[in-house]
Amino acid sequence: MSTETINQELETTKNNEVSWDGGSEPFKASYGKLMMWYFIMSDAFTFAGFLIAYGALRFSVPTWPEPDFVFQSFPGGLTGMPLIFVTLMTFVLIASSATMVRAVQEGQRENKKGVVFWLLMTILGGAIFLGCQAWEWHTLIVKEHMTLSENPFGRHIESGTYLAGDGYDIEAGDTFEAGAYYLIHKKDGEWNQIPYRTADGEIKRQELGPPAFGSLFYFITGFHGFHVLSGLILLLIIAINAASGIYVKRKNGYEMVEKVGLYWHFVDLVWVFVFLVFYLL
Amino acid sequence: MGHVSYEEAKKTVLKGLILLALVTVAEVAIALLGKGYIIPGFYLPRWLIYIAMIGLSIYKAYFIMGEFMHLRYEVKGLVSSILLPFILLVWAIIAFLWDGAWWGEKRLDYKTEFQKETQGVIDEAELEDTIELLD
Repeated sequence: MSTETINQELETTKNNEVSWDGGSEPFKASYGKLMMWYFIMSDAFTFAGFLIAYGALRFSVPTWPEPDFVFQSFPGGLTGMPLIFVTLMTFVLIASSATMVRAVQEGQRENKKGVVFWLLMTILGGAIFLGCQAWEWHTLIVKEHMTLSENPFGRHIESGTYLAGDGYDIEAGDTFEAGAYYLIHKKDGEWNQIPYRTADGEIKRQELGPPAFGSLFYFITGFHGFHVLSGLILLLIIAINAASGIYVKRKNGYEMVEKVGLYWHFVDLVWVFVFLVFYLL
Repeated sequence: MGHVSYEEAKKTVLKGLILLALVTVAEVAIALLGKGYIIPGFYLPRWLIYIAMIGLSIYKAYFIMGEFMHLRYEVKGLVSSILLPFILLVWAIIAFLWDGAWWGEKRLDYKTEFQKETQGVIDEAELEDTIELLD
């Protein structure tokens, strides 16, 4: 064994000892940032569990409602605009993610004014998103009467002819094919389930849709909305802190802004999949 | 950011914003076109819509994680420790959707069996009573 090899071995042993003593960062990230990543990972699994449950239940019911039939309202009493409103909501959230990146960038340049400005823009975006969600929930609860246990959105599994009108868009004598979607309205506080005659001549009434649709919608979008709300509170706290100059003293390139930024992007990331599963598929 | 100049980094944000917006518009356009809302009577096959939607959404997620969350520029070990656990979801998605489809089959079998026995229209109240009894 040459002296060189021995020296190298000694060197390696020394480095290992240094590693075991701690103080080095194998992932080149601070403790806080790393833990934020692992929190995000675990939270992603929670959302994945919710969305997979949605998928399994959807697969198990032939009368599951179609998203572009359910989500077709637009503020101002407009209807028949499938997915347009939720697309706007998605834009707002993406934009607030981009302004968050700007806040992190200004932080790395130690530009206090820039950080506060872009954080406020991000808060504005998040607040608009929550407002849009509130409007969407309001429409479903007040106008369409969907609850955790009752879902008025259904689907026909056979073709037939309606025997009465519902005063909205169904008239007596209207025909429909298997697979057609319908919304049951309330009349004097009761479900107005319209009778129809099937192709075989049987007389039936419209059935309420699978209740799991309503509860999953409120739970999943509500859980996401709760994340947005928590994110807004965190953003507000760090905006106030940044304005107070506390991060200038820390001299770490506004790392706190970066960590909250990770969380905020995660909220946007989850929305990509909620949007996919609930509205697009 | 460290790896690029400030001006370049600012441009990346704007580009990213436009890219994500365009992908979202594409997704909604495919959904509406494929389901016959834009050209009456024109439909795309469902499997094509599904593949396009899922592909575009995964691309959006990749971009948000890579650029906005800066994961592309982290150490390899950190990236793997975050991304590899998600392989579990491949199993979860297949297993649960498969099971969901099976529940659906059983539900239909049950309804037709019941229909045979009663020789007629399914009476919802009666059906519910029977389910309760079975429970």
